[in-house]
Amino acid sequence: MPLINARRAKRRGPRRFTSRDLAVIGVLLGIPILLDLALVWGPTLASIGLSFTNWDGIGDIQWVGIDNYKTLFTDYPPFWPAVRNNLLWVAFLGCVATPFGLLLAILLDKGVRFSRFYQSTIYMPVVLSLAIVGFIAQLIFSRDQGALNAILANKDNPVDWLGDPELNIWMVLLAAAWRHTGYVMILYLAGLKSVDPSLKEAAAIDGASETQTFFRVVLPTLRPVNVIVGVITVIEALRAFDIVYAINHGRNGLELLSVLVTDNIIGEASRIGFGSAIAVVLLAVSMGFIVTYLVQELRGGKKG
Amino acid sequence: MAPSLSGHRISRRALLRGTAAGAGAVTLPTLLTACGGPGNEVKIGSNASDAVPRKAFAEVFNAYEKKSDKKVKVNTVNHEAFQEGINRYLKGTPDDVFMWFAGYRMQFFAEQGQLAEISDLWKGFDGFSDALKAQSTGKDGKQYLVPYYYYPWAVFYRKSVFAQRGYEIPKTFDEFRALAKRMDKDGLDAIAFGDKDGWPAMGTFDYLNMRANGYDFHVSLMGGKESWTDPRVKHVFDLWRGLMPYHQKGANGRTWQEAAQSLAQKKSGMAVFGLPHPGQQFPDADRDDLDFFAFPEIDSAYGQDAVEAPIDGFLLAKKSKRQKEGKELLKYLATPAAEEIYLKRDPNNIAVNDGASTSSYNALQKKAVDLISNAKQISQFMDRDTRPDFASQVMIRAIQQFINKPDDIDSLTKDIESQKKTIFAGN
Repeated sequence: MPLINARRAKRRGPRRFTSRDLAVIGVLLGIPILLDLALVWGPTLASIGLSFTNWDGIGDIQWVGIDNYKTLFTDYPPFWPAVRNNLLWVAFLGCVATPFGLLLAILLDKGVRFSRFYQSTIYMPVVLSLAIVGFIAQLIFSRDQGALNAILANKDNPVDWLGDPELNIWMVLLAAAWRHTGYVMILYLAGLKSVDPSLKEAAAIDGASETQTFFRVVLPTLRPVNVIVGVITVIEALRAFDIVYAINHGRNGLELLSVLVTDNIIGEASRIGFGSAIAVVLLAVSMGFIVTYLVQELRGGKKG
Repeated sequence: MAPSLSGHRISRRALLRGTAAGAGAVTLPTLLTACGGPGNEVKIGSNASDAVPRKAFAEVFNAYEKKSDKKVKVNTVNHEAFQEGINRYLKGTPDDVFMWFAGYRMQFFAEQGQLAEISDLWKGFDGFSDALKAQSTGKDGKQYLVPYYYYPWAVFYRKSVFAQRGYEIPKTFDEFRALAKRMDKDGLDAIAFGDKDGWPAMGTFDYLNMRANGYDFHVSLMGGKESWTDPRVKHVFDLWRGLMPYHQKGANGRTWQEAAQSLAQKKSGMAVFGLPHPGQQFPDADRDDLDFFAFPEIDSAYGQDAVEAPIDGFLLAKKSKRQKEGKELLKYLATPAAEEIYLKRDPNNIAVNDGASTSSYNALQKKAVDLISNAKQISQFMDRDTRPDFASQVMIRAIQQFINKPDDIDSLTKDIESQKKTIFAGN
């Protein structure tokens, strides 16, 4: 065997890449790598670097060590609510909206009557931008003029759905889930359609109940879809921004890390250093999810 | 293999060449106009992105074009975006003359050396009061701003509601409270209130502070020189807490527009607003029914001396290569005639120049002129009188928190003070 390999390698010898080929490959690979470095890694590292300065975007850059982080953790009231809300967002989309989307997909896959109609209705919100979902939420939840309070008809003491900091985050999560559910449903529907029916038949012949069939046979075959849905859910949760910004600029109970970053960096007197520190925290939170996911993926990949 | 490869290379080269040429074609003209360009042109950066002011300004600049041999080129940017991008704008290639606000918000950029001094122009100006001059002056004592128009804040109400129920205009804070109580009993929300956008409630804080502690304290508090845990500040919050039961509930979920509508619908009795705010929400037929009174007196030592009246105006960028042309334009904008043209089209503000004709003013505008001309001091508004990052990052949140829980003043003021220290130490 080694002999053959050696001979093959030898035969390939004269067909080695010419220097021109190497140059072409170098350029073609180099450009994307450079772009990646300049557009993705550059800004990321710059944020980390700037987070240790107190740059305001105009003056000189001054090194302040970990002052920004100290301020962030101890003397910036919106920070912890924002972290809490971001995690709440992940939890809510992951534990409520996504399973609900799966449930809808299963029901529709069974072929209820008018399933096409339901399918398109539930999917409809997905075509809307979250900012627009935010505006719609205001039409419904506004205290004085909202549709919900009009239906409840409690004129003397109407509920302040969007102004009460204890309540508004849940209303926003509902609105976000309204869109997310449709998204998840359509992904699972596509996955369910591709499950080989003979698997289900085999399970039925073996005497498995419908629930058993689903959890032991169908769901495992959906693994690729599960992965995609999981990633989408986490990304949607961490990049959440537009809906709360449309409603009240992410204040008064609707704080999110992405909003705090924007507020501090974009603005008249930009606190770029401080905003970068918040961005680094957001990066760390996302890295947590990304690394966990990758580790699991690699392990799963080996097993499979 | 070789021919096709070379063929590719050629097309790639052509592509690169094409891209370079294309990029050049796009950037070159902008570069040309940015540095130098025709000497008879002057560029204006405008934040007047709403339809009414935009048209009104266009007429003013047209008039200037006719009067001089200069061409005016206006770059209009969305109002909010202009404010948010002002740093990069000034640092990059700003237009020669641009619209901005008076007070601390202007001084902040003057201090950073972004603005051209126009003290020489001011020597020739007529019809501007001392209060206006003070608001156009940087911390170094030099002038930077040409004020253009302003709009006072006051307590707005409907004449018919007051007439029908026999309410009287309150002069003092006690009368104000008594009136609010009476309205409450009559089933009205005494004070319409919406702070979802974060800034409208600042006007109430400013007035309470200036009436209780005076204009000078307002200025030094906003300048970061006073402690927010000072008993005088706590007193302001305390006064406000006493009024909270008469404010419309759920203010953090209500926009100022909705608050103004409740005033229009006679569901609430009064509201603290700026001149352009309530009118827009009133149906045309009801506009004449709208009226206002000055925020009532709290401490007789300060009376009703101070009026909150944000001033908008024009600045000349230090980076502009057409300083002479820019100054000529500023000189024109400081004339009564230039203001009259604008206000004919946009009657929601009033002219800063004493010489401007008031004949086209409606009753509210005339009253606003009286209010301002009797003022001993003019404040700008919290987010214009202090560092913008302090106003937007700390105060908006603090006031919303106060609206949610008006009882916890001690920890609120402590919170503000410790954040103030970090922010004001930043520069």
